[in-house]
Amino acid sequence: MTDVTLAPAAAASRRNWSHFALRWTLFTLLGLFALFYLMPLFVMITTSLKSLEEIRTGSLIAFPREVTFDAWRTAWSEACTGIQCEGLRPFFWNSVVIAVPAVAISTMLGAANGYVIAQWRFRGANLIFSLMLFGCFIPFQVVLLPMARMLGLMGLAGSIPGLIFVHVIYGIGFTTLFFRNFYVTIPQDLVKAAKVDGAGFFRIFWSIFLPLSLPIIVVTVIWQFTQIWNDFLFGVSFSQAGTQPVTVALNNIVNSTTGVKEYNVDMAAAIIAALPTLLVYAVAGKYFIRGLTAGSVKG
Amino acid sequence: MTEWLERHIPKMVLAPSFAAVLVFVYGFIAWTAWVSLTRSRLLPKYEIEGLIQYERLFNAPRWDTAMSNLFVFGTLFILISMVLGLMLAILLDQKIRTEGVLRTIYLYPMALSLIVTGTAWKWIMNPGLGLEAMVRGWGFDSFTFDWVINPDKAIYAVVIAGVWQASGFVMALFLAGLRGVDGEIIKAAQVDGIPAWRIYTAIIIPSMAPIFLSAFIVLAHLAIKSFDLVIALTGGGPGYATDLPATYMYTMAFSRGDIGQAASSAMVMMGVVFAIIVPYLYSELRAKHD
Amino acid sequence: MAPILDITNLRKNYGATEILKDINVSIEPGDFLVLVGPSGCGKSTLLNCIAGLEPISGGQIEIGGRDMTHVSPKDRDIAMVFQSYALYPTMTVARNITFGMKVRGADAATQDRKLQEVAAQLQIEALLDRRPGQLSGGQRQRVAMGRALVRDPKLFLFDEPLSNLDAKLRVEMRTEIKKLHHNLGATMVYVTHDQIEAMTLATKIVVMKGGVVQQIGTPAEIYNKPANLFVADFMGSPAMNLIPARAEGNGEGTRIEMDCGGSAPIVLKDSRATGLPQDVILGVRPEDIAEAGFRAGEGVQEAACLIDMVEPAGADTYVVSNLGGKQVTARLHAETRAQPGQMLDLAFDLSKVSYFSPATGERLN
Repeated sequence: MTDVTLAPAAAASRRNWSHFALRWTLFTLLGLFALFYLMPLFVMITTSLKSLEEIRTGSLIAFPREVTFDAWRTAWSEACTGIQCEGLRPFFWNSVVIAVPAVAISTMLGAANGYVIAQWRFRGANLIFSLMLFGCFIPFQVVLLPMARMLGLMGLAGSIPGLIFVHVIYGIGFTTLFFRNFYVTIPQDLVKAAKVDGAGFFRIFWSIFLPLSLPIIVVTVIWQFTQIWNDFLFGVSFSQAGTQPVTVALNNIVNSTTGVKEYNVDMAAAIIAALPTLLVYAVAGKYFIRGLTAGSVKG
Repeated sequence: MTEWLERHIPKMVLAPSFAAVLVFVYGFIAWTAWVSLTRSRLLPKYEIEGLIQYERLFNAPRWDTAMSNLFVFGTLFILISMVLGLMLAILLDQKIRTEGVLRTIYLYPMALSLIVTGTAWKWIMNPGLGLEAMVRGWGFDSFTFDWVINPDKAIYAVVIAGVWQASGFVMALFLAGLRGVDGEIIKAAQVDGIPAWRIYTAIIIPSMAPIFLSAFIVLAHLAIKSFDLVIALTGGGPGYATDLPATYMYTMAFSRGDIGQAASSAMVMMGVVFAIIVPYLYSELRAKHD
Repeated sequence: MAPILDITNLRKNYGATEILKDINVSIEPGDFLVLVGPSGCGKSTLLNCIAGLEPISGGQIEIGGRDMTHVSPKDRDIAMVFQSYALYPTMTVARNITFGMKVRGADAATQDRKLQEVAAQLQIEALLDRRPGQLSGGQRQRVAMGRALVRDPKLFLFDEPLSNLDAKLRVEMRTEIKKLHHNLGATMVYVTHDQIEAMTLATKIVVMKGGVVQQIGTPAEIYNKPANLFVADFMGSPAMNLIPARAEGNGEGTRIEMDCGGSAPIVLKDSRATGLPQDVILGVRPEDIAEAGFRAGEGVQEAACLIDMVEPAGADTYVVSNLGGKQVTARLHAETRAQPGQMLDLAFDLSKVSYFSPATGERLN
């Protein structure tokens, strides 16, 4: 912007200097903030690699003098979550077994619902959409008690299928929202043209809409996966000893009162629990952000 | 027959999801509302007794703490996240080459579970070995940072962790908003010789009003629902100094076996969410019909 | 000949609002019917009703002698070209064109043969493996037409197919559609808001407004004898001059008097018009007002008018003056010497004029 200037050399150099100073302030500020956001992750990683002895004697932000993976091993396969001492491993797999089908089912339902609401409008469809959308915003505390009883009645209390069911039910609102908002941007003429071509409801969905939905499928899958993996409320309310998801197990490890407090194990466990979603974020951050903003900016 | 089927297939596809939402959202809200009007304790009872549970709730000092904590936490969390988010967005909007990397760094906490965030900050703010010990180690012997274990300060510790987690997200919202402002308006202002900061305060920020609203809604919603963070960071303690309505409800439902109290506190939470969300959703949906 | 499309008493409501009111249209094989009107007049809805994409609230639609009122679009023996082209974004051009045949279960050989035929006809052979996103607007337009052509239907439906193209391409494609109609001898129904498109393409025009048919006729009928003020104003560019005037009949015709700026009113004598009410609106097209001496014949009347503005347009020069409180445009030859502020003798060709009732807007002569 200020590259081309006919001002005398002195003025130009003064401007250059103040421009330079401004840029440096800017970068310093941005860098400090970056440190603020990175610090906890840094502390978690370094702490998890230190021995307990070093943690007690050293500084919070010091690099480990001696790198040891003992804490990681303990966190993965030995740490105690209450009375059980098998580490995070079984619970990590619980979370996988819960998240994968719940993400798949809620995404498929969301795609079908979004397709209907956006492209096959019928009287009342908007009302139905509003009601489903509202379901995204309720505080889940309001459904905890009846859901606990309902899962009992269905014979799913404390079970992994029960948790899958809960995540699917309360995920539909968001997945429908995502797909609906994606499909409304597609001109209605497409369905009309396909109808004239003789294709029916499912054929149009399968041959025309699904192939162009890849971006929104990625957004939805990432969103749902993050939500379900990171869930704690449903996990702690509807699971029992053997079926707890990883977040609940992590909390139990950290807050278990038996024995010496092993901070390095806590940190290793926290990183293990965070790893899948961090990985998703690192690989597909763009879609993650799109999901976040889609879920909030445009209802 | 096939004609009929053809016409009704869309409805039939939508029906199961809609039915599920009706039962598991609206039906369950109704169930909770009903039970909140009974004398249910360990098991639900269905005889309506009026507002006794709400009377008990509003007379409980613990609920009082929870509500005032929500107010303090909510206000600070929303305010600081918004200010910080907006600031970061504006700083990042200055044509920075490393913007992509910085954005990734600012936003990654949002991908973490609040339990992880709570665990990390609990360790960092641990008075014996965390920040406090570190600063004392530098020679500032009187430095104290014991917020997590100080009943008067613990809620602010929750605010710090909450802001750390959510402010990057607000930044992303605002940055998208800044980028969405019509470039020609900015060019026109530049041609008029309006200084950069005035362009921000007078033109760009006012035009982002809807984004402020969305950010507010999302943050308020997070604040009211926040449960995991408190559990992981302070466990609601010391004592019940950091109880929030969400933890109160959970304690009543699953540890105290007081279903009536759990239901009524859930309904109050619902009411607070309603008061914020309904006007917003209403205006959103109406705007779309116009 | 039996009509190929016969619409009787068609009505369409959305809730309490009537979108289409009592539509009656019928066309013969080989006709090119254009539905024209301003946006929101119901023309696209009517087309969608013909296609079966919108249910109707009353009346009947017959296509090829069969009652199709409740038949689904795929069984109506129609093909349709959409404003947005509605090409399937993830399919290649070839698959876009053959999708309909595939759905109907045509064998691969037939699909391929028809594809090649249509591709040759539209000169899109080179594009068959591309996806719609890789095509220009004009190419997409051709593919959309190809998808319609390949069906070989009784009736082609076009929904503003040219409105997304730039001006030059629009004219080219217009010519091409006209050629196609001529070569195939097909029957077409075409929706547009562009009255020039309507005039150039149609064998029959339906002018619509507010869900009501205003006039049905050949382009010449619509142009020369508009049924009401709306049609008069809507069809033709520059628009027909509609000048409030006073009429006074005597035995030998009618005396027409129009206010003229500050000076004395202009008086014309129309020997054919009879039985006009006292207040009329005189409709005269710009080309029916010429410079005095350049137009002769029965019914040509001259009067001096004050020229407000002169707008050279290359082939012609438009001059504007104020008559009856309206800006009146006259289309003069390019070499006119007319100057703003000058009095100029203009020749009005009263044999071509229309009279309308100011109260009802209906045509009077």
